[in-house]
Amino acid sequence: MKARSQPTEERQVESGRAPRQSMLQAFRQDHHMIELVTRPHRSNLIRFAAEHPDLLVLGADLTASCEADGFRDQYPERFFSFGMAEQNMLGFAAGLAREGFFPYIHTFSVFITRRPFDQLAMSIAYPNLPVRMIGFLPGITTPGGVTHQAIDDIALLRAVPNMTILEAGDATEVESVLAVAQTIDGPVYVRQLRGEVPRLFPADQPLRLGQARHLGQGTDLAIISAGICTEEAINAVAALRSRGVSVSHLHVSTLKPFDDPQLLEQIAKARHGAISIENHSIIGGLGSAIAEQLAEQGIGKRLIRLGLRDTYAHGASKPYLMREYGLDAAALIRAAETLIGESLQIDDIALAKIAANIRTEAQGETLAKADKTEDL
Amino acid sequence: MNAQPLQTGQQATSAQPPSPSPSPSPLTVEAVAAGIRRRVLEHTLRNNGGYLSQACSSAEILATLYLRVMRLGPSIAPLIPRAFAGVPSRDNPNAFTGAGYNGPRASELDRFIFSPVHYALVLYALLIELGRLGPDALEAFNTDGSTVELIGAEHSPGHELTAGSLGQALSQAGGIALARRLRGETGRVWVFMSDGEFQEGQTWEAFAALAHHRIGNLGVYIDANAQQCDGPMTDVMTIEPLADRLRAFGAEVHEVDGHDSEALAAPALARLSGSGAGTGATPRAVTATAPTPQHQAEPAPTDRPLVVIARTDPCRGIELLRERAPKLHYLRFKTPAEQDAYEDLLEHWQDSSSQ
Ligand SMILES: Cc1ncc(C[n+]2csc(CCOP(=O)(O)OP(=O)(O)O)c2C)c(N)n1
Repeated sequence: MKARSQPTEERQVESGRAPRQSMLQAFRQDHHMIELVTRPHRSNLIRFAAEHPDLLVLGADLTASCEADGFRDQYPERFFSFGMAEQNMLGFAAGLAREGFFPYIHTFSVFITRRPFDQLAMSIAYPNLPVRMIGFLPGITTPGGVTHQAIDDIALLRAVPNMTILEAGDATEVESVLAVAQTIDGPVYVRQLRGEVPRLFPADQPLRLGQARHLGQGTDLAIISAGICTEEAINAVAALRSRGVSVSHLHVSTLKPFDDPQLLEQIAKARHGAISIENHSIIGGLGSAIAEQLAEQGIGKRLIRLGLRDTYAHGASKPYLMREYGLDAAALIRAAETLIGESLQIDDIALAKIAANIRTEAQGETLAKADKTEDL
Repeated sequence: MNAQPLQTGQQATSAQPPSPSPSPSPLTVEAVAAGIRRRVLEHTLRNNGGYLSQACSSAEILATLYLRVMRLGPSIAPLIPRAFAGVPSRDNPNAFTGAGYNGPRASELDRFIFSPVHYALVLYALLIELGRLGPDALEAFNTDGSTVELIGAEHSPGHELTAGSLGQALSQAGGIALARRLRGETGRVWVFMSDGEFQEGQTWEAFAALAHHRIGNLGVYIDANAQQCDGPMTDVMTIEPLADRLRAFGAEVHEVDGHDSEALAAPALARLSGSGAGTGATPRAVTATAPTPQHQAEPAPTDRPLVVIARTDPCRGIELLRERAPKLHYLRFKTPAEQDAYEDLLEHWQDSSSQ
């Protein structure tokens, strides 16, 4: 225990070990029950398009799967179908953008970043064209298997000059990310969420370019999360706090440019170091971006990067893959224990209880069902 | 590489002796196709949705390939599929492919390359009907940690390539066919494709290369169901006139009723019996004047890839599906009543399959 900070109000001063009950209390102090929003992108795209008459949507035979069907039906003259031919679609987008339109490409992340990478780099990024690439099913958020899992998209696109990379972590960000993308003079890639999306952040606090959300203060550890991993991190932080660990938690939605000073400030203050967690390979994504900054600024803190550890994945359910590849709250607890150097006695049951408090059982079932029945 | 010494202009494929059809089987294409539809319906219901129309359109094509066209040895893989053993890597000696379900590799045996892997359930069902997979193999379908995935990958039964980024398998099959020719093998490479894959530019790059390199030991069966995710292909991005386009790319093209196993098998059997282009072959237009010297001679008919465009009905055998037209790609039950109707169909399957 000597390595820890002063007790916080959540901490059980005597034992340093909270019973499960107070773990939930700690959690409840910070969070309300989380609302699930159904297909926020679908409705937001229609709304957003109404304000932007020069916005076009380009699809590659995944229109409903990428929630662009509502837009297509509302604005058929602004929707263009390219079939399953992504390289060509990116070229058309480049041509349209050179002529002053704002093409919003809708397909799965892998089919934006892998298949047509050269077209993306040379036709779109080099001339700095305002093409907005809305990529769905980022990381392992698909049971479609390795061919559908964009685990390297951030790494690939961070290496592309002129590129801006945004990632939605909840319904509020899904609804506000287009407005941010539209302000950018150049290409933008968005890791977007579909289907039933939890609202973790208040609807009136939109995504802000280059600004991480500071979800909690603390001086023992800094946890930096992005995308779907933020919900896991919220669970883990609640569990850690109940064990008296003082955690600073930041949620990142701008992956490039990556220059929010808050991140380094919080990591510098974290006595034991930092943990990053991302729905992506640990190479080239959020964790790498943090590591680069720490090294450049000479901040000598340990950093544990959670994410896919230089491996491809396979087809399975999202919770299974998050556990298998260590993208969940349990993996964060293990990393925290490694940094702190002691066991925190937080078991799966305790974590599950916290998670269940975020999402009711009923929500869990809806999600499981939706996961299985969603188009690929 | 242990390839045999090469001969320039080697024509292993045309040099092969006429070979017998696959060993006679008590199974008929019709019965196997009906079994595929029933199993795919059953597991689509269990899975609360899925790729059902693909079974309707492709059942006869795949059954014909396995029963009448391809020369495959018996399965060398377990009846109950192995669990996922990790992704291929230097450090993972346990990784495997699902190719063993299509028999051993041998010079004279064919290879099967399954390209539109969202049809995986159709292939699994077929393998069960053929006894290459056990009847319980689908218990693991789309469950965590299983290789019997919703969208197949190279570890999935009957699969050899990771083809879910569509339009990539044909080029790889071309490489395999080229390698087999270089080694002097007589077996062929058969590729099953969906029509949506003909929207990807790579497919056409592959056909250009197949023609250029005179790869005649490769045949492609296309499930031309005219459907894709967004609906009818003519609305999304047409690929027609497909036969003419493919002929222009140098393939030997046959267009057949994709539910008629005789018609499906005929072009392949004609090739196998060494009768070359056979019926329906369309030689490239040859002008009256002799070819100019700098052009290579026209390839022999057997040096061209064989293509069978199987025109299919995406609702064949499951009339209920027509109510969902024009969007048939993925069945997601809209109401409990709809789901009940499909449950009902499954319960009374005997009746419906004999329509
Ligand atoms: C390169 C690539 N782009 C997009 C997809 C997503 N996708 C899966 S199936 C499909 C098209 C479906 O059409 P088709 O291949 O003809 O299959 P069918 O409609 O017969 O199921 C698409 C676009 C993919 N798997 N690969």
